Amino acid sequence: MPTETLIWLIPLPPLLAFFLILLFTRKNNALSHTVGVVAAATSWLLGMLVFFAAVGIDHFGEHPFHSAIAWLPTGETFFNIGVMIDPLSAAVLFFVAWTVLMIFIYSIGYHNFGAPKGDHDKPGLPPHGAEDHGHHVPSVEPMYSRFFAFIALFAFGMYTLVVSDNLLTLFVGWEIMGLCSYLLIGFWYAKPSARDAAKKAFLTTRIGDVFMLLGIVALYSATGTLNFHEILRNENVLHMLASSPSGVMGLSAAGLIGLLLFIGTVGKSAQWPLHVWLPDAMEGPTPVSAMIHAATMVSAGVYMVLRMFPLLSAGWHHGDPLTTTMTVMAFIGAFTAIFAATIAVAQKDIKRVLAYSTISQLGFMIAALGIGAYVAAAFHLVTHAFFKALLFLGSGSVIHGMEHGVLHTGEHVDPQDMFNMGGLKKKMPITFWTFLIGGFALSGFPLITSGFWSKDEILADAFANHHYALLITLSLAALLTAFYTMRQITLTFFGAPRTKAADHASENKLVMTGPLMVLSVFAIIAGWVGIPEHFPVIGGLLPNWFHDFVGSSLLEHPHAPDFSWIPLGISLGVALGGLGLGYLVYRKAGAEDPLRKPLGPLYTLLENKYYFDELYTRVFIRPAGVIAEKFSYWFLDRKVIDGVLHWVAENSVNLGLVFRDRFEGPVISGVADWAANSTAAIGRVLRKVQTGAVQQYLLLVALVAFGGLFYYLFTVLR
Amino acid sequence: MGFPILSAIVLLPILAGVVLLFLPPKNHKLIYSFALAIALVTFLLSIVVYVGFDATGETFQFVEKYDWLPQLGISYHVGVDGIAAPLVLLTGVVIFTGVIISQRIDDRPREFFAFLFLLASGVFGVFVALDLFALFFFYEIAVFPMYLLIAIWGWKQSREYAAMKLTLYLFIGSVIALVGVLAMYFNSGLNTFDFLALQNANFSPEFQKLWFPFVFFGFAVLGGIFPFHNWSPVGHVAAPTAVSMFHAGVLMKLGAFAALRVGIMLMPEGAQFHMWWILLLTLVNVVYGAFIAMTQTDFKFMIGYSSVSHMGLVAMGLATLNHDGLVGASIQMVSHGVMTALFFAVVGMIYDQAHTRQIPELGGMMKIMPFAGIAFIIGGLVSMGMPGFSGFVAEFPIFMGVWRDTPWIAIVAAISIAVTAAYILRAVGKVFFGELPAALEGHMHDIKISEKLALGILCVIMIAIGIFPGVIVPMVEHGVEAVLALVGGA
Repeated sequence: MPTETLIWLIPLPPLLAFFLILLFTRKNNALSHTVGVVAAATSWLLGMLVFFAAVGIDHFGEHPFHSAIAWLPTGETFFNIGVMIDPLSAAVLFFVAWTVLMIFIYSIGYHNFGAPKGDHDKPGLPPHGAEDHGHHVPSVEPMYSRFFAFIALFAFGMYTLVVSDNLLTLFVGWEIMGLCSYLLIGFWYAKPSARDAAKKAFLTTRIGDVFMLLGIVALYSATGTLNFHEILRNENVLHMLASSPSGVMGLSAAGLIGLLLFIGTVGKSAQWPLHVWLPDAMEGPTPVSAMIHAATMVSAGVYMVLRMFPLLSAGWHHGDPLTTTMTVMAFIGAFTAIFAATIAVAQKDIKRVLAYSTISQLGFMIAALGIGAYVAAAFHLVTHAFFKALLFLGSGSVIHGMEHGVLHTGEHVDPQDMFNMGGLKKKMPITFWTFLIGGFALSGFPLITSGFWSKDEILADAFANHHYALLITLSLAALLTAFYTMRQITLTFFGAPRTKAADHASENKLVMTGPLMVLSVFAIIAGWVGIPEHFPVIGGLLPNWFHDFVGSSLLEHPHAPDFSWIPLGISLGVALGGLGLGYLVYRKAGAEDPLRKPLGPLYTLLENKYYFDELYTRVFIRPAGVIAEKFSYWFLDRKVIDGVLHWVAENSVNLGLVFRDRFEGPVISGVADWAANSTAAIGRVLRKVQTGAVQQYLLLVALVAFGGLFYYLFTVLR
Repeated sequence: MGFPILSAIVLLPILAGVVLLFLPPKNHKLIYSFALAIALVTFLLSIVVYVGFDATGETFQFVEKYDWLPQLGISYHVGVDGIAAPLVLLTGVVIFTGVIISQRIDDRPREFFAFLFLLASGVFGVFVALDLFALFFFYEIAVFPMYLLIAIWGWKQSREYAAMKLTLYLFIGSVIALVGVLAMYFNSGLNTFDFLALQNANFSPEFQKLWFPFVFFGFAVLGGIFPFHNWSPVGHVAAPTAVSMFHAGVLMKLGAFAALRVGIMLMPEGAQFHMWWILLLTLVNVVYGAFIAMTQTDFKFMIGYSSVSHMGLVAMGLATLNHDGLVGASIQMVSHGVMTALFFAVVGMIYDQAHTRQIPELGGMMKIMPFAGIAFIIGGLVSMGMPGFSGFVAEFPIFMGVWRDTPWIAIVAAISIAVTAAYILRAVGKVFFGELPAALEGHMHDIKISEKLALGILCVIMIAIGIFPGVIVPMVEHGVEAVLALVGGA
């Protein structure tokens, strides 16, 4: 089978699974998850075949896999949709296939497959556990099958997005994921907090989507195509877009379109100021968190701007000052990176820490892309997907173990609060070691972990191109990253258990720990494909394959930054310093965060996420409601427009009365008795239908109408 | 010429309405079965028209022409172009599904269906009329039964007011439009009301500039254009379910359709002269309607205002006068018609059992009527303009058309997309996924198979257009080409 056919097939198994599960296997949990996992595995297999086929081709960037069909006739031509795998999408496909498959398998364990049905479990609520031979044991998720249907649809959305050869089908996949995130974050829909979080996630990302849609509209208006190849690898089109003014804020057409598309990413990848949805999205089941935060949805945002990078940076060449759009990206990315990292320091919920860390790491990528470090951004996207999926699944494993302890002891503690944990290293060794690997990768632990290589490359790029403010900001963010990661690891796994539940936590089954182990392998080795050639000692042992491969997606092959000790020193320093500091501060922490006292009000500020939720409620949500309700509806619609109408109606009635009293009565009635009789007869008929003033209006209207008609007929005809 | 299918479509409902009046009034079952059968035949006929339309053939197809009042230049002249044919199908769909879900009408069903069919005949007539007099004739036939249907079978608390308001607006609108049409009739000097003849009348630019607003606004009132929109939500709320479906699903399209057919196509220069400020009004429609929909607690009011917003998009597409905008507007008419019919059907199903339309008092419907819930969500996705559904196929070209000339209007209008998502999600979240209120516990049951069928048909259309836009786009483009030829290929 030609590779192009395989690419077409990649998204289909999950879609098929979605329908199969919903229509046929809904009642049977085992069958449902089998369908789901087999679908994910099929997509994975197809993805791997395509990926290795792509890797084996020289100059793959110039001749990507591509195939298209005519879909929508537009006038003389057709709007084609199709699939394309070029080096960038091949790299993304690789991590998506692995993480998605792992998440599917993990979900089986996470939702307690094989456990008894809960005694009081209801669809829409997390399972509460069951009584089994006098023991409290976990119970199976009441909507087990539905979960697999939804994540299958989610996977379909992501695969569609990755294999798309044009912005329109990419947007389709994008929106499918948006919808699935709504369904999955609100999976436990009987919890009001989950419902709210789902709505918030959907709406916030939707704001970004609206702008992205406008960007697509603008792009299509300007070029008449949405095909990546025709726009992004066509110098004439790019030059035309870069040189024609858009008429908005002095941007070029490319700048404006790029900015609009980028706003889509700001929503999807949870960048400031649209970041607020992502931490709340933790209300969903943990595999969903991993799916949304690592493997698919937030990656999609970064993937899209990476994909559109030639357009975003049209007119810019290596070494030039940044364009407006790129400056905006660099600024938002860097700001988000440090901003979210500070919040993560003061969070208690193990998943929320990871959520803010995700926001922060995505900021790294956006900032890197903003300064033109295309390969570094893509590299970090790949490594981050692996170690963040690992961390999320690991945190889910921790929570699951804690829930087990909570059920066992009957102690009412929040199983997600890190200050209820401690000492889990011994209870859950596999979870611990894999989490440690993931955490070290996130912190950029030198040489071994993948996160080190990708983050180092971003810093090196920033240094080599003299973006020092960005370098400092990102370095600080990296320092904080290492710090809060170690804080998390220390609080969770080291020391003594702080609660009885933690004391009775237990390791999970292989179906959950297996995916952790697989992902931790990638969390290490994924970085080795991109070791800079001039790195001391080990540079050049392995070729810097990633740079050459992914870099060839661009027309103009990007520069690899020259080696320098300064960014390397910074990388080493912040990673090790942050980790060490985190351990020292938290190794003896009790139920209270040791930073709370020294930081004082600052800690409260961080804990409350700079009060952004409250701010948005006050500044946007409530005023919008008030304006819509009080001004638009009550004042304008009800008072002004209806007021005018009622005034007219009232005066028409008065006019009618005048006619009746002054004209109808004295003049006409006396003349036409027969008319009165027949009118009365009609009136009786009409009264049966309805009484009220309406007939008068109708009569009036009809009179006016016929009056006008006759006037015209007679004046003009004569 | 073959079988006069358009005449059959126009006349069948009205004749059926007459026959209905001779059926025994107490035999509800017979009445309902008869109505359903007629509605099914009408639906099938409309499918025949849609499928039989050749998107590469003549501009107007299935044409029939007979003299009516030749001394005044009035003829019975019907035919459909690529814009009207989908609307004929839409009407067929709405009458069929509307009759299906009207099974619960037990107050004088005979008269109810008779009036409903009269309404349907009028609507079909407007879509197919190629003679302005005939168009007006059918237009009034369509508007008149609305009054009775709302005033007699409507929601007790507001039906009289709503029926009056609606009738007043629409009659006044039609009078204004009529004045414009008469002006055309006399100015042309051709002594004809024939649409095709008037196309070649070469009205002077001054004449067009003066009279275009009369015709356009006279009809656009029925399309719910700001600030003449607020008869519509009130009317929706008061109307019984099937009538709401008809009202929002089809009747509002009459306004937009006639504004295009009579206004833009006959006075293209007038259209070009006035469109810039009409575009602004439609922008108000789109955004303002969405914001008000967001604040409504009454389910039907919410959908009523969402119709104002979405019909604003139709008018906005028309106002661009370019290819993309017109194509989008034409598809949006169909998409919105199907979607809003579905919304009102679902709301009606809920209201019939819960006896409340207050969103805060509802909840848990997903468990009680999952099919209706999923259908509503699909409708919601269409409403939000999700790709893969008809709403996207319609709205994307509209935004393209608007962006081409005035990007900032597109940007402001796009706000409505986000606001739409807000109110749809709020309603879905509360009504379908929220907790079932204790007051409703045990009083609700799932909808009937026949109702599922009705909702299913509506969903299939929205998804089919979304996934295979090829089923409608070539036809609509064929019609739009003809419009553009008149407007001057803008």
